[in-house]
Amino acid sequence: MSARTRTPFGGLLLLVVMALLMLGPIVTVIVWAFAVKWRYPNLAPTEWGLKYWDVILHRSSVIEPILTSLAITSVSTTLAAMICWPAAYAFARIKFPGRQLLLFSFIAAQAVPKFALFVSIATVFLRLGLIGTFWGVVMVQMLSAVLLMIWIPTAAFRGIPPALEEAGFDLGASRLRVFLSITLPQAMPALAASYVLSFVAILFEVDSALLIGAPKITTMPLTLLTLSTQVIVQEAAVLCVMIWVPCFALLLLTRRFMTSKGIAQGFGA
Amino acid sequence: MLDIVELEKSFGTTKAVAKATFSVAEGELICLLGPSGCGKSTLLRMIAGLAEQDGGRLLIAGEDVSERAANRRPTAMVFQSHALWNHMSVEQNVAFGLRVRRLPRAEITRKVAEALELVGLSGFGKRRPTELSGGQAQRVALARCLVVEPKVLLMDEPFSALDAHLRKNLREELKQLQRRLGLATIFVTHDQEEAMELADRIVVMSNGTIEQIGPPGDLYLNPQTLTVANFIGAMNSAETTIVNGRADWFGASIAVGRSDGPATVLSRPEDLVRSATGAAGEVSRVVDLGPMMRVLVTMTDGTQLVWLCARDAAPVPGDTVRLAPTRLQVYRDGLLLAAAPPLPVEAPRLMSAVS
Repeated sequence: MSARTRTPFGGLLLLVVMALLMLGPIVTVIVWAFAVKWRYPNLAPTEWGLKYWDVILHRSSVIEPILTSLAITSVSTTLAAMICWPAAYAFARIKFPGRQLLLFSFIAAQAVPKFALFVSIATVFLRLGLIGTFWGVVMVQMLSAVLLMIWIPTAAFRGIPPALEEAGFDLGASRLRVFLSITLPQAMPALAASYVLSFVAILFEVDSALLIGAPKITTMPLTLLTLSTQVIVQEAAVLCVMIWVPCFALLLLTRRFMTSKGIAQGFGA
Repeated sequence: MLDIVELEKSFGTTKAVAKATFSVAEGELICLLGPSGCGKSTLLRMIAGLAEQDGGRLLIAGEDVSERAANRRPTAMVFQSHALWNHMSVEQNVAFGLRVRRLPRAEITRKVAEALELVGLSGFGKRRPTELSGGQAQRVALARCLVVEPKVLLMDEPFSALDAHLRKNLREELKQLQRRLGLATIFVTHDQEEAMELADRIVVMSNGTIEQIGPPGDLYLNPQTLTVANFIGAMNSAETTIVNGRADWFGASIAVGRSDGPATVLSRPEDLVRSATGAAGEVSRVVDLGPMMRVLVTMTDGTQLVWLCARDAAPVPGDTVRLAPTRLQVYRDGLLLAAAPPLPVEAPRLMSAVS
């Protein structure tokens, strides 16, 4: 009837190009992970199989970094949550001078070139003997989570009507009990989302792990970096898919939380 | 049961509540009535302990609780937004106050069932608050308060988000329940009809100050201030001047017995009657209220009067009617000077004939 209902050819083309740009690399990596032989000029692998999965899964130099990464990421995400969530609650509920400024300073910190920040941290850590240690990496990785761990929970806590907490307090519960029994469950979807997003962000963090952890602590992205520069494309591809699938599943899960009210408004606030 | 002594609260330079003093007897239902922003909710929150008081004392059953936090006061509050926790079932919501008090599980189960039955929601225990209607949610909120057996029940405009019909039903239920339990209750509302229906006594507030305290009928018949007079029921108001100790109002006069000067004379729409000696006006509009008719009359000087008249005596627009008040109230500087039936109309003429 009108031009609006017809998809213009230009738009369709743009859509295809965008899809190729975004999905192309992922599809390529997945194909490579299951390709045993794929040589020019063939458009598809000439031999498929799980050969390189077998190789990777039996190589301790690959499996160990994955376990190290999972350990470091779990510990630093959890620690970040323990520090940031109460802080977020304070941002949401307590009015103190400079609150907005402080809240925005987390974004400002995000704008600083990370590498420069990590170099200066590394010099301090060197003096403290934290370079190349598990806890050194944990501490520096926590930085990557601060923004997500403050902003999303602050918005979530702000979205909880104060009357819900007051009702609990009024009925005889202590402040702590109110927080644990009412505030926390109410904010849980958003808190879970911030946890998962931070977890994935930390898991893939390269710069800080390289500067603080290397050479003693090798995390999974560092291994990936090493493998990618070597000749065997399949090994890197297998590792990529191995990590990408669970992370993608986690992020899909957060999408469910992210639709809950309060989060979007928090980013606009 | 509850004694409020010179309770005060300021937000910055504005006085939210100025030296409020009144008492609530055991089993009494008090309504805090006033327009929004008059300080009634702040006063209620101070009683609950959710807002800190700047001065004054608060005694519950003779004990000073001013210094105690909300969770250590024997009060329970029903919020306007019902404030139910949607991550808990109805049962868990009601049980919360008891679980905090570490009661044995069997006792909690029994008391929760009792409380739900009291508000007519037996069998709703397993539901989620999101599955309840507005009226049911507010009943659960009430049960959640009753179950902890507070000494004073506080209600902050609990029915204002509900539709008129439901509001009326819940009001009646609440009144009966409150009577049966003999529970001292403070109910905040901006709806004067609600206050008149529910309250044993009404505390009228305006701009942080208590204007008048009294039973509904008393406030209606003898409003001590202009604010109360205008807030409770409708009023026909006119500016006038007191001359020789008398104030005039459309041909009627009232003896004031005070120094001459400007004053405001009020008359209720239901206190106007047809009278051969009354002032004339033209009917401009007739509103059918069902049991009564509200008639708008334009007087010869252009003033619009509201007259509430019986259905069978109602005029039609365009009619000329003569109206006289059966009762007048005179105020100066917002305070009541006199409230009485008007002087007989013939009196002055007789006096002059004799002299």
